Amino acid sequence: MAKDGKEDDSPPSGGMSRRDFLRGGAVAGALGSAGLLAGEIAEAARKNPPAAPDGMEVWGPGPVPVRLRINNKAYDLKLEPRTTLLDALRDELELTGAKRVCDRGTCGACTVILDGKAVYACSQLAIDVQRVPIWTIESLGRPERLHPLQAAFVEHDAQQCGFCTPGFVMAAKALLDHTPSPTLKDVHHGLSGNFCRCGTYAGMRLAVLAAAPLMGGEEEEEEKDLKDDKDGHDVQGDGAEPEAGARKKNKKKKKRRNHG
Amino acid sequence: MADPVDPTVPAWPEAADRKLIGQRIARLDGPAKASGRAKYTYDLQPQGMLWARMLLCPHAHARIKSLDVGAAQAMPGVKAVYVVQKVGAEIQWAFDEVVAVAATSEAQAADAVKAIQVEYEVLPHFVMEEKLAGAPKVDPGEEEKEGDADAALAAAEVRIKGSYFMPSVAHNCMEAHGQICHWTEPDHLTAWCSTQAVSGVASQFAEGLGIPAANVRVIADYVGGGFGSKFSVDRWGIVCAQLAKIAGAPVKLMLDRHAELAVAGDRPSAFAEIEVGAKKDGTLTAWVSKSWGSGGPGSAGNPPLPYVFQIPNRRHQHSAVPTNKASSRAWRAPNSPQGCYLSMSAIDDLAAALAMNPLDVVLQNLAITGRTEKTYREELEIADQLMGWRQRWHARGDSARGPVKRGLGLAIHTWGGRGHRSNCEVTIHPDATAEAKISTQDIGTGTRTVVAIVLADTLGLPLDAVQARIGDSRYPASGGSGGSTTVGGVSSATRRAALNALGQVFARAAPALKAAPAELEAVDGKIRVKAAPERAMTWKQAMALFGRTPVTAAGANPGPGELTTSGVGGVQMADVAVDVETGVVKIQKMVAVQDCGLIVDLQTTESQVYGSLIMGISTALAEEKVTDPVTGITLNHDFETYRMAGIGDVGELVVRMMTGPGYDERGVIGVGEPPMVSPLAAIANAVANAIGVRVPWVPLTPRRVLDALAANAGKAVA
Repeated sequence: MAKDGKEDDSPPSGGMSRRDFLRGGAVAGALGSAGLLAGEIAEAARKNPPAAPDGMEVWGPGPVPVRLRINNKAYDLKLEPRTTLLDALRDELELTGAKRVCDRGTCGACTVILDGKAVYACSQLAIDVQRVPIWTIESLGRPERLHPLQAAFVEHDAQQCGFCTPGFVMAAKALLDHTPSPTLKDVHHGLSGNFCRCGTYAGMRLAVLAAAPLMGGEEEEEEKDLKDDKDGHDVQGDGAEPEAGARKKNKKKKKRRNHG
Repeated sequence: MADPVDPTVPAWPEAADRKLIGQRIARLDGPAKASGRAKYTYDLQPQGMLWARMLLCPHAHARIKSLDVGAAQAMPGVKAVYVVQKVGAEIQWAFDEVVAVAATSEAQAADAVKAIQVEYEVLPHFVMEEKLAGAPKVDPGEEEKEGDADAALAAAEVRIKGSYFMPSVAHNCMEAHGQICHWTEPDHLTAWCSTQAVSGVASQFAEGLGIPAANVRVIADYVGGGFGSKFSVDRWGIVCAQLAKIAGAPVKLMLDRHAELAVAGDRPSAFAEIEVGAKKDGTLTAWVSKSWGSGGPGSAGNPPLPYVFQIPNRRHQHSAVPTNKASSRAWRAPNSPQGCYLSMSAIDDLAAALAMNPLDVVLQNLAITGRTEKTYREELEIADQLMGWRQRWHARGDSARGPVKRGLGLAIHTWGGRGHRSNCEVTIHPDATAEAKISTQDIGTGTRTVVAIVLADTLGLPLDAVQARIGDSRYPASGGSGGSTTVGGVSSATRRAALNALGQVFARAAPALKAAPAELEAVDGKIRVKAAPERAMTWKQAMALFGRTPVTAAGANPGPGELTTSGVGGVQMADVAVDVETGVVKIQKMVAVQDCGLIVDLQTTESQVYGSLIMGISTALAEEKVTDPVTGITLNHDFETYRMAGIGDVGELVVRMMTGPGYDERGVIGVGEPPMVSPLAAIANAVANAIGVRVPWVPLTPRRVLDALAANAGKAVA
């Protein structure tokens, strides 16, 4: 049920379709012939869909309603249960700041903040994260009015091709949210789940350390920014909690960052 | 000073007149990138776009026996199926494309690929080129000779013999190879490409598709890395266009990470047996080397051996070993990291045999480095100070107690980097804003920023009054971003175009300012008389002389005046800590001192050097493409197993650019590649210095370090 009491037609979290199973990526990858083995698994799944345990409703494999709460707005989508959060963001909502690079929870280019933690959007099923506030790079600054952290990335040239940059910015944001005055070691640890190929780590270290003292008080700006967004609608008007409250509450939950 | 400068011949401004050139300026597209708003090819989704996925061959060498795409064709959402290789085709490497499918969603395309029925006749393959003796085919190259190497080696006071091994590493661009193809008319194609050769790829599309090149438009606003792997349209580019044609809709085809790592580019492997001879004072006298390596089915590059040091008596022979691996691609400074690692390792081993400080051996032989001798001498002195080399260096083998051993290593390198052919069109608008159009690309190197800086500085306008328009093949043609040739090419072409535009403005403004055009200058948003700056007009006033019509002018490289030259030198030093119990190598500090002529943007230039150090550290410590001899498949085609350096792995990094007199007057020279050459050699030498023995294989993984220690101790690790 949605919080406003209206019937919530979105499926429960944790449906039947595990992405790893259907796509067969992890298993097949280890054997070095992703295409073939994945094909066999998918074919088998199609012919003999696994039976649902008693009392559990099966959703999919076709598109089902999914409601996501992204950057303080609610989005109602129709997604196959196997759709990852990353693909939903990029392909359905054109929120393309989160990049698809490894697509299996290693490189960090798709990092978003979920439940107050940095997570890999490629390793979350969209259907599984319906109840959770999701923050993407688009929730921070815009090019003409950057968030202090992004401004520090620009100033210290903590980016070259820029493809990994949004993921690093979000990982750094999560780090600074939890560790407002990080040491260099904290920065290394906080950004250790992300890779950069151009070699911008020197600038990143400076950027994150420089941004740390400037991080306070940006939350209000975030919300003001979001009101201008054309897409989606305000979560407040939709019965969901405002972001700050959700963030505080979620801090209590223990969720480990997914390192793949 | 020599002759007075001829104002009609384009030159770079004197140091005192440079307002922006040489300053530390943040890259102009930084805000778009850091805010996630920069749209790369992978991010675009034109109206009605379909998604493509490909069936890739799982065998290193095979013939297609049968192929049935019927079931795939009938799958939901499928709009086009294109057979890339037909029945009977012989496939030469694993993960080669066989069939491509375009569907309404990516998941549907992937499902359809899985429904394709294909049978292969598996053929024998060869993928293990490191053992030359076992290769079924070897293509020996010509022997390169100078003097009498064998006699000199026999007569040498000290000589060493060593073997050094360097497997291939991947480009592994963060944005995979790929494109979106959209037929705007039956024979007109627009392609958004992740490419480092916007101009070149447009004509490759035309050739592959049999349409006029004038009908192809290639767009690459943002490119997520290239490193030498993205010059070609590639077969998948043509395939994508064919799918779009069949489907009658735009199609996006991006490689997945497995394919990206397996087939979309790697650096050829290189292995060598080397003998070096010297006098007791360290003077190099003799060199004999035999090297081999693989670049896939075709030829591999020949690493320059000996590297940098033109030892008077030398001979070298390289053999290419064909393998059933995807073709290598130009990997940042092609052949040079190999040449540097192989050569500098041998020379470092020679220094150890001489019981000499390798810095002294390098200094002793600078005369045979040619024109970069003076540069090296200055840089070595600076690097010595930045690293504290003289104070901290010890003879090979750290005698300190405890398992963690410290060591220092060094290497030097050179590169060409002359600006490539490039055209530029500059337009100055009536509102005193200006734009430069070049069909170049910014793959993270800062090209967009460099063009804007040169344009603004030349016109005396602020940076925010100019635009660099790049990444579109409809702009004036320019070269691909390779060989560190881009910055010299685009900055020279922009300078000439801007000066030509300025010439038109000066001609119109001169009478009003009661001066000759040659007496004018454009500074601080004004056109003014050099000798009497109070006689000035604003840019808007000057442009009003043209009515409402903008001023446009073209410029090219090469062209009049010497704005770009060639031949840089660089020195790098590494400080490592090696745990001899675990074999783990940690980078403590690296120093890079680099020359690249006149620097346009100090910040992005330094970033190229930092990036090279980091990429070099990554290749030295972790990177290696591992191919299974049984199946012929790349085993580590994902980020978990193709290891790269993370932010905590790179230690302290110190970069010093050589600027000022002696450097600036050489013009603009590229820097993307030269600093990529030395890191591996410097780190490998530092490890040898720390642990007392040479680890002959890179990357310097714990296992290889322990193996080398064990071999030295006369026992094998089980």
